[in-house]
Amino acid sequence: MRYLIPVLVLAGLVVLFAVGLQHDPREVPSPLIGKPAPAFNLKLLEDGSPYSAADLKGRPVLVNFFASWCEGCQVEHPVLLKLAKEFNAEIIGMDYKDKLEDVTAWLKRHGSPYRKVVLDEQGTAGLDWGVYGVPETFVLDASGVIVYKQIGPMTEEVWREKIAPLMAGVKS
Amino acid sequence: MRVLLLILMLLPVIASATNAADIAGLNDEQEARYRNLTSELRCLVCQNQNIADSDAPLAADLRNQVKRQILAGESNAQITDYLTARYGDFVLYKPPFKAITLMLWLGPVLLVMTALGAAFAFARRSRKAPTTFVVDEERLRKLLDENK
Repeated sequence: MRYLIPVLVLAGLVVLFAVGLQHDPREVPSPLIGKPAPAFNLKLLEDGSPYSAADLKGRPVLVNFFASWCEGCQVEHPVLLKLAKEFNAEIIGMDYKDKLEDVTAWLKRHGSPYRKVVLDEQGTAGLDWGVYGVPETFVLDASGVIVYKQIGPMTEEVWREKIAPLMAGVKS
Repeated sequence: MRVLLLILMLLPVIASATNAADIAGLNDEQEARYRNLTSELRCLVCQNQNIADSDAPLAADLRNQVKRQILAGESNAQITDYLTARYGDFVLYKPPFKAITLMLWLGPVLLVMTALGAAFAFARRSRKAPTTFVVDEERLRKLLDENK
């Protein structure tokens, strides 16, 4: 009994640390989950026409912050293309701190999964959305409320297990 | 040579990403607040640095934001509220006291109290035990006789 106590304490600590090590410290939970998407007023890459958070309402959408200079974005790009093509997911691209000619060339080379590309040249929308490292992807329901945030590259696994059920749930 | 090495080693410690241009236009009181705030806000990209010391572009953006809001006359609380609304309590090096951070704040106190309690109980038990000491005189004499 005397020797059991330290062993039990140690076992408890091991379990605690094992659970703690499973968490990725880079994935900071967003305080924006469950809140309406932060407002912005920016221009579209296609024709320079205005685009705002109000335009994201009415159907579930994925809002993907990306940039032509971002390596993780190239990693997730094939996945986004597949989501757009096979699942007909509406993906709005937020081009974060990028140059017009760079992103145009990048999309030409890799193909575009985006229904619309919004230019966030100064990163102001990124700041309001709490983006701290592209790529980050927000899932919005039809009322424009953020229901999920993916930090880092999108994967098919995340889509299948986390996002697809949410999209099915919010589809009217 | 040794002194030079020492200075070189200390350089990263004293160097800060904050430069003169960052604080241009702030008066002394505003500059003090700026330095204070940026040293208490965590950079989310390089998580073990504050935004004052970090070279990450995001840290520069956040420093800029802090400066702009100071110039706009916002209070320290308004500025930290602005940032926690976007990035969560994680940006604060000093987390607020609330339900979810209860263990964080009270955990060390509980731990010290448990340790003190255990130490106290242990001390009391070991003090009580050896007060009576029975000597078996016959056996003692026998042992002494044997060693003669």
